Amino acid sequence: MIDIHEIRKDFPVFSKQPQLVYLDSAASALKVRRAIEGVDSYYTSLGVNVHRGAYSLAYEATKLFEDARQTVADFIHAKAEEIVFTRGATSALNMVAHAYRDILKPGDEIITSELEHHSSFLPWMMIAKKTQAKLIYIPLTKEGRITVEGFKKVLSDKTKVVAINHASNVMGFVSPVEEITKLAHEKNAIVVLDAAQSAPHMSIDVQKLDVDYLAFSGHKMFGPSGVGVLYGKKHLLDQLEPFEYGGEMVDEVEMQDATWKEAPLRLEAGTPVIGGAIGLAQAVHYIQSIGFDQIHEHTHKLHAYTLNKLKQIEGITIYNETAENPVIAFNIEDIHPHDVATMLDQYHVSVRAGHHCAQLVSRFLGVVSTLRASFHIYNTQEDCDTFIKAVQAAKDFFTSF
Amino acid sequence: MNIEQLYRQVIMDHYKYPKNKGFVADNSYMTVHLNNPSCGDEMTVQLKIVDGIIKDIKQQGTGCSICCSSASVMTVTLMNKSIAEALQILHEFYELIKGYPYDKEILVGDAVVYQGVSQFPARVKCATLAWKAAEQAILKIKEDTSNG
Repeated sequence: MIDIHEIRKDFPVFSKQPQLVYLDSAASALKVRRAIEGVDSYYTSLGVNVHRGAYSLAYEATKLFEDARQTVADFIHAKAEEIVFTRGATSALNMVAHAYRDILKPGDEIITSELEHHSSFLPWMMIAKKTQAKLIYIPLTKEGRITVEGFKKVLSDKTKVVAINHASNVMGFVSPVEEITKLAHEKNAIVVLDAAQSAPHMSIDVQKLDVDYLAFSGHKMFGPSGVGVLYGKKHLLDQLEPFEYGGEMVDEVEMQDATWKEAPLRLEAGTPVIGGAIGLAQAVHYIQSIGFDQIHEHTHKLHAYTLNKLKQIEGITIYNETAENPVIAFNIEDIHPHDVATMLDQYHVSVRAGHHCAQLVSRFLGVVSTLRASFHIYNTQEDCDTFIKAVQAAKDFFTSF
Repeated sequence: MNIEQLYRQVIMDHYKYPKNKGFVADNSYMTVHLNNPSCGDEMTVQLKIVDGIIKDIKQQGTGCSICCSSASVMTVTLMNKSIAEALQILHEFYELIKGYPYDKEILVGDAVVYQGVSQFPARVKCATLAWKAAEQAILKIKEDTSNG
């Protein structure tokens, strides 16, 4: 078992915000000291560019940056050359979709789901419009899950791309990615996986999942914002048309033509997010030092404890009781989520209220918006109790008028 | 930051029993629809101006208590005002919401209870959504009139 008091010392924000009850990790996780120090030490002691300089400082920065790439690769069981540093998961997913504007043909089909974060399906919606490909939605179960059965209903010989999430940011459901990928590959379709919500909570093995592309963000896993990862199979990344052209991604340049380097550098035009990558690697090391088993045990306990308490409050609707990821999507009868969130804030409880960048999920649930509480390694049982107390108070307050 | 300063009885009354709620299919009204995509609030405001005077306002939308009540308050505040008066009132309301001093001669009535919003920056967009819609409607009518 983890020592929660020791864990909380690893997150400097708690010394600045001692009252904070942070239940919005699905939006952005709090930042771990190691990651902050990693970023800080790069800017303080190096601050120079990577890959270009012939001096020792540049060599040192390059080594740290490439070590970070290796750390991230090991984290998801990939090879270093399959890891592209991006601005975030959004940027990574857009990069892939953008390249397919020259590949997809009218009538080709892109399979996605209503359970997606906007960044997982909007890039494909735009590519579909551009290429006259069709955007097809997997029929979800009544509860809102992606299943293999549902996927089979829409998979066809026309399927070229499958763009889905590994874990839903609103519902916390985990998709059956391995089976879906196997079926997609039988049709020679590629699978693009949004792993922004899974990477902070479960061990990812790209060999086992066999997906073609996968994306996640540093800031959701205790690392800095402004850095994310695109994983792609090497032979695919080498073919992927760059989203940006510029420095360090070129092989040979002539007046009318140019060639690009191999992946990953061909996809990292310009000076990359060096400090961000170094910080992210430190966040990965931190997660590895605790281990996903411990993280899961802790967050699962808090999740179950809170669910149980929340269910006892009358007039609460919970939309995802069976969620694997520690996320609770809920509403209080006749009280708008935004009003509840303001009351919760009075108790220093931070939750998300609204669409959660997934408007199709709200539509699927038939609600205007929802409240979302999400847990991570630094949350305590006292946090859950404060949350429950605040929810009860919100209910009492707004029904008193 | 005291929650009672935000959620005043007047606000909750307007939320429960909104004034001028509804939608009319009438071309003599200027209709403006605004939304706040991050929280899902949406608001439609319809305005009828005759001879430079706001003769009728309708509001309909979904949102939190601050957003919906403020739409109701907006209608009673701007009803029967001239375009010039309404624009002045709107300006003073925005000042109030920001926590700045406002003209107590111009902005009167239930609208002043939204002063508490200034201490809740996350709710400023909720409180002003219907007012922004009304402002857009007024400006469009003004533009149409001067062009026509």
